[in-house]
Amino acid sequence: MGSYSVFALVKNAFSHHAGWERAWRDAAPKAEYDVVIIGAGGHGLATAYYLAKEHGITNVAVIEKGWLGGGNTGRNTTIIRSNYLWDESAALYEKSLQLYEGLSQDLNYNIMFSQRGVLNLAHNLSDVREAQRRTNALRLNGIDSEWLDAEGVREFCPILDISRTARYPVLGGTLQRRGGTARHDAVAWGLARAASARGVDIIQNCEVTGIRRAGGKVVGVETAKGFIGAKKVGIVTAGHSSVLAQMAGFRLPIESHPLQALVSEPVKPVIDCVVMSNAVHVYVSQSDKGELVIGAGIDTFTGYGQRGSFHMIEHQMGALLELFPVFSRLRMLRQWGGIVDVCPDASPIISKTPVDNLFINCGWGTGGFKATPGSGFVFAHTIATGEPHPLNAPFALDRFTTGHLIDEHGAAAVAH
Amino acid sequence: MAEFRNSSGGRIDRARPLTFRFNGKRYQGFSGDTLASALLANGVHLVGRSFKYHRPRGIVTAGAEEPNALVQLETGGYFEPNLRATQVELYDGLTASSQNAWPSVDFDIGAINGFFSKLFVAGFYYKTFMHPRSFWMRVYEPIIRRAAAGARAPSEADPDTYDKMHAHCDVLVAGAGPAGLMAALEAAKAGARVIVADEQAEFGGSLLGETSGIDGIPAAQWVEKMRADLAAFPEVRLLPRTTVTGYYDHNYLIMAERKTDHLGRGMGGVRQRLWKVRAKRVVLATGAHERPLVFADNDRPGIMLAGAARAYVNRYGVKPGNTGVVFTNNDSAYEAAIDLAKTGCRIEAIIDVRPQATGAMAQKARAAGLRIICGAAIAGVEGAKRVKAVEIAPLSSDGETVGGPVKRIECDFVAVSGGWTPAVHLLSQSGGKLRFDEAKACFVPNVSVQAETSAGACNGTLFLEGALEEGAKAGRAAVEAVGLMPAQESALPKVETVEAAPIHALWIVPGKKPVGHGKAKHFVDAQNDVTAADIMLASREGYRSVEHLKRYTTTGMGTDQGKTSNVNALAILSRTLSSPIPSVGTTTFRPPYTPVTYGTLAGRDVGELSDVARVTPMHGWHVARGAVFEDVGQWKRPWYYPKDGESLREAVNRECLAVRNGVGILDASTLGKIDIQGPDAAEFLNRVYTNAWSKLGIGRCRYGIMCKEDGMVFDDGVTTRLGENHFLMTTTTGNAAAVLDRLEDYLQTEWPDLKVYLTSVTEHWATASIAGPKARELVGELAPDLDLSNDAFPFMSMKEATVAGLAARIYRISFTGELSYEINVPAYQGMALWEAIFAAGETHGLTPYGTETMHVLRAEKGFIIVGQETDGTVTPFDLGMDWIVSTKKPDFVGKRSFSRPDTARTDRKQLVGLLTEDPEEVLPEGAQITADADGTPPMPMLGHVTSSYWSATLGRSIAMALIADGGNRQDTTVHAPLGVKTLACKVVKPVFFDSEGARLNG
Ligand SMILES: Cc1cc2nc3c(=O)[nH]c(=O)nc-3n(C[C@H](O)[C@H](O)[C@H](O)COP(=O)(O)OP(=O)(O)OC[C@H]3O[C@@H](n4cnc5c(N)ncnc54)[C@H](O)[C@@H]3O)c2cc1C
Repeated sequence: MGSYSVFALVKNAFSHHAGWERAWRDAAPKAEYDVVIIGAGGHGLATAYYLAKEHGITNVAVIEKGWLGGGNTGRNTTIIRSNYLWDESAALYEKSLQLYEGLSQDLNYNIMFSQRGVLNLAHNLSDVREAQRRTNALRLNGIDSEWLDAEGVREFCPILDISRTARYPVLGGTLQRRGGTARHDAVAWGLARAASARGVDIIQNCEVTGIRRAGGKVVGVETAKGFIGAKKVGIVTAGHSSVLAQMAGFRLPIESHPLQALVSEPVKPVIDCVVMSNAVHVYVSQSDKGELVIGAGIDTFTGYGQRGSFHMIEHQMGALLELFPVFSRLRMLRQWGGIVDVCPDASPIISKTPVDNLFINCGWGTGGFKATPGSGFVFAHTIATGEPHPLNAPFALDRFTTGHLIDEHGAAAVAH
Repeated sequence: MAEFRNSSGGRIDRARPLTFRFNGKRYQGFSGDTLASALLANGVHLVGRSFKYHRPRGIVTAGAEEPNALVQLETGGYFEPNLRATQVELYDGLTASSQNAWPSVDFDIGAINGFFSKLFVAGFYYKTFMHPRSFWMRVYEPIIRRAAAGARAPSEADPDTYDKMHAHCDVLVAGAGPAGLMAALEAAKAGARVIVADEQAEFGGSLLGETSGIDGIPAAQWVEKMRADLAAFPEVRLLPRTTVTGYYDHNYLIMAERKTDHLGRGMGGVRQRLWKVRAKRVVLATGAHERPLVFADNDRPGIMLAGAARAYVNRYGVKPGNTGVVFTNNDSAYEAAIDLAKTGCRIEAIIDVRPQATGAMAQKARAAGLRIICGAAIAGVEGAKRVKAVEIAPLSSDGETVGGPVKRIECDFVAVSGGWTPAVHLLSQSGGKLRFDEAKACFVPNVSVQAETSAGACNGTLFLEGALEEGAKAGRAAVEAVGLMPAQESALPKVETVEAAPIHALWIVPGKKPVGHGKAKHFVDAQNDVTAADIMLASREGYRSVEHLKRYTTTGMGTDQGKTSNVNALAILSRTLSSPIPSVGTTTFRPPYTPVTYGTLAGRDVGELSDVARVTPMHGWHVARGAVFEDVGQWKRPWYYPKDGESLREAVNRECLAVRNGVGILDASTLGKIDIQGPDAAEFLNRVYTNAWSKLGIGRCRYGIMCKEDGMVFDDGVTTRLGENHFLMTTTTGNAAAVLDRLEDYLQTEWPDLKVYLTSVTEHWATASIAGPKARELVGELAPDLDLSNDAFPFMSMKEATVAGLAARIYRISFTGELSYEINVPAYQGMALWEAIFAAGETHGLTPYGTETMHVLRAEKGFIIVGQETDGTVTPFDLGMDWIVSTKKPDFVGKRSFSRPDTARTDRKQLVGLLTEDPEEVLPEGAQITADADGTPPMPMLGHVTSSYWSATLGRSIAMALIADGGNRQDTTVHAPLGVKTLACKVVKPVFFDSEGARLNG
């Protein structure tokens, strides 16, 4: 595979860019693979990539019902941070953040990871208490996090309205400077390209319709393109996880909800960081194209329709203008929804399953984009060795029976 | 009169001239102009620069689909970016400027990018800017960010007001062109409730630029007659300047109405309004957008769509130039050529890619003296800031190349048509499916999933007679579907129809060099500078799904959402892949159809109305007393009452001592109150609380804890039995709504067999909580008839009595650990009660105290606050409240979870008291606790400080914390590493004062 660089660009310019190779091969399915990954979202692709890179397992197929990256990976608002409250989560998300820090170079694909800082606002005394608790926990976990008072918040993000007369005045906020955003499609494409280069087959437009088992063990998957044998199978289908689990005969403690987002028409740089507010319920950042990228909480109903309710949009606009009165005359350009897989404790499941050699990675809900490389890294380990990596051991399916939940609701009330 | 304005014709009012400024220069237009038509009248074509290459760009369309002519309007609070000049109605004094150009649109430094255009191909940024790593954030990205986006961002708050309207109707008609008007009239005649919305200032759609007649009168007159007929029906609502922007489930549609924008800025009143419509049936009559042809340098100013050129001359009386060339692959551009020639433009030729022009339209054009060059194409364009000439060359029979003699034709405008794309956006948003119609070379509606019908051009019916007929039919079908009787069928309006010759799809017009070679560019998406070569590159690189193509090249992702470019892009993709267009498919159409201001979406819910501020009946008194308030949920609660410059700590110390030594009063009205009635009320409480309720006597109160299914504490509060089947539950202030929700959820979905009825009465009662050793004395004065002795009125009971002449409920309960009476009266009497209490309290030194003092006092007693000592991971056992969990009840919410291995662990985080070694040091709340005094991160943590205060009563600091195995750590020393210093503390029981409860029982 040709390497990407400015030199390659210049060289190709002379041949009218006729010489670029395909970013990934569109493979036809083989009869059997060592590992089949279901779902070519970021997490599935990262799993395949790290299987090949870290474990030398390259006889791998990633099977996708639509186009790769077309699920939540291509629909999210791309916020990346690791400032989670509990030790287990902080360790997992921090691993992911560290992988993100070198991902462009590792993949030789610019995923535009931009550590512009993530600011979480506190609007009441209880927010302040929570924020300080988290900042202290993160500091002792060795993860960067700062508490800013209202004036510090204004300095960091000058267009925020911190006036005391606001309905919910800003009392301060926590800042993770290493947090930020990345280009979501590029993450999927870069992973697909790098995995494909290492021999992974990416099979698009191929829905998995059944999971074949024999003697309590998985033996392959039924797909739109016929049966594909597999020694091991990993399910990484986000909003559709319960559907796949049902195919394999077990149930998940997951609810699938719509989550919506929207962008404005592009304008010149006006906000240089990510601002999130639980209390007024909105978050915003500005993409490199200049669009304000805005989101809030999930729709309360469940379903697979990828369509949310309009009142969610109205409500988050009220919240947005409360924080940023100057945005009132900007306009909403596009809105859309994805289906997020929400766990009762707002933490993921990266785990073995009741079926031998069948593994599952799901439950990332509203906040899994930031975990993409970390999740793939530990899931690849889990599949390759048959046992969880220490980082994902706490995130097993059995925690819902033992009660050892990792309740990140505080972290995830508006979680992205 | 401006140079390019005809002296007659069009729908503008020449008697009402308007002055406006563009890029600092003064111009004149007329009432009825758009900014675009007024600029063209003044010969201004160059209005902006393109996004990536900064190419000069002109006006391409006459409507919502405009990709190029984006302007920023006005200044200060009224500043607004990214408006399409083609939709901005001109008003006197309008000020606009170009975007994405510096220092000026005429001389733009950014045009230097053009020299690197060979490098700036689709997705180039994914391939570079990776080394050295730190440069991305520091160097490359800031440059990209500054270069991206044309418009400035607003910098001042918006002075305007927005609002919202809900509406229901039988039939919503989206679009008031010929099809929409016919549909609306048929629906109206049947007596239906009809809403007709059109994004333009006037109804009529395509007819506003039409010269032919309908029913023997000019089209515009026919439109006016239809409008007047419709307006006469009482159940018909006509909404011009109203865009149907979104089509959601269950026939719920969103519309954005611009009420005052056309009048100017600062008009007062409501500027824009959001309509939320629930329609029984919808008729989509949203028309079609013309597509450009993709030829070499097709983006030069002066090159516009043929339909737009026709609209400018017919509707606005504006010539797009003096000398033009028409370039087409279908018949519709012939009409433009004929009208342009008729109104004073010189049309050099109609260049038709089709091999011959023998149809009726061609005959008509020839009869009008126009020259037609068949089987030919524009192979090149001269002129950068304005087209100067075009080069015409014969097309090979397969359309792949041009060859033979090149003819140069000088011109100052080109009118182009590549065919029409039905505006299927709303249909697609509704979930409807499309199919590709080969003959018409466009996507047309195929399957409906909601109660909707498409009619006219948006249904692929591109001729007037058909549109009128389909509209009428759709209107009749809609009323029938809602159960009304259509009116007697009347004859359709008569129009002249010219048989159209078939379109010839030519998705890429070959240039002199292969696409992507040489300097010329074949633009597909003009706004995002996406060329045919970019699309071919993307497909070569494997971005072959149309969604990948869109995202990789950014085609269709501009503010126009690709209205003129999407079909060309996917057709070129299909050509490159050699797979048919239907198998390539379209991208998803996302709402809104055209962008909607955030102000409109937020409506009135901004500023102080962004969320209701709930205040108690005594709020005014607190304000007058100079209370500092705290937001608790939506409530404003007095936090503390500083006296003459007291700090928070000074005020709280004073308030605490007053309660402990004398008497204090707290406004406790904000606590949630749920009235619970029904024969199963006690059983219901047994199920939702962890303790037992059946035996609670009437007039008795009990404290309860509610858990979630997972056994974690959810809420707490005191519930009182008012009668055999009647309880009053109190909840925490912030959780009241969530508790009611949850209880209703249980009743409606889990235990529908229970006869229990819940009513929120939070705001029905005002509560004054009097606490302190002198409380009995004071209450005794206020309620002289009431026996306050311990025997007659013991702790945890309730009495009804007259207090200060008001009928009240008095609860003897306590959150401070002091003797305490909570007096409740109906909310409207709250202030009277409060004032009466103060009148009597004067002599007792009655002191008002706020939530901070309440927090300190309860912490001294070790009482928890849900949400502070708990965070969704804490069981009653973790709080040391084993006594409140019944072991006898068969079941209650959360019970099962207590036996889960992790929940049953004995070394869980448990509530403890902490005393700092240095009594003067107050631990910060949220401090983490470790076993060891020093260490470097990552350090294992035991837990955290949940509450921490200076206790004036005890003359030292106190704190509560949740720490692992806390029960077994009594009397050990733990540490709070704060970064700057580490505080050592002793673990103690979380009760610091009056552990026997002598005072509250006293
Ligand atoms: C609006 C929105 C905003 C968000 N914002 C953020 C944010 O700011 N930060 C953040 O960290 N996270 C965010 N998230 C969450 C994040 O997007 C997801 O957690 C993450 O992308 C999940 O990645 P994935 O690879 O697991 O899932 P996906 O990308 O959804 O991939 C799953 C794939 O499985 C495929 N699939 C499903 N069923 C089958 C089948 N039967 N056969 C084959 N293939 C199948 C799907 O087509 C899909 O491609 C947001 C999500 C949404 C919807």
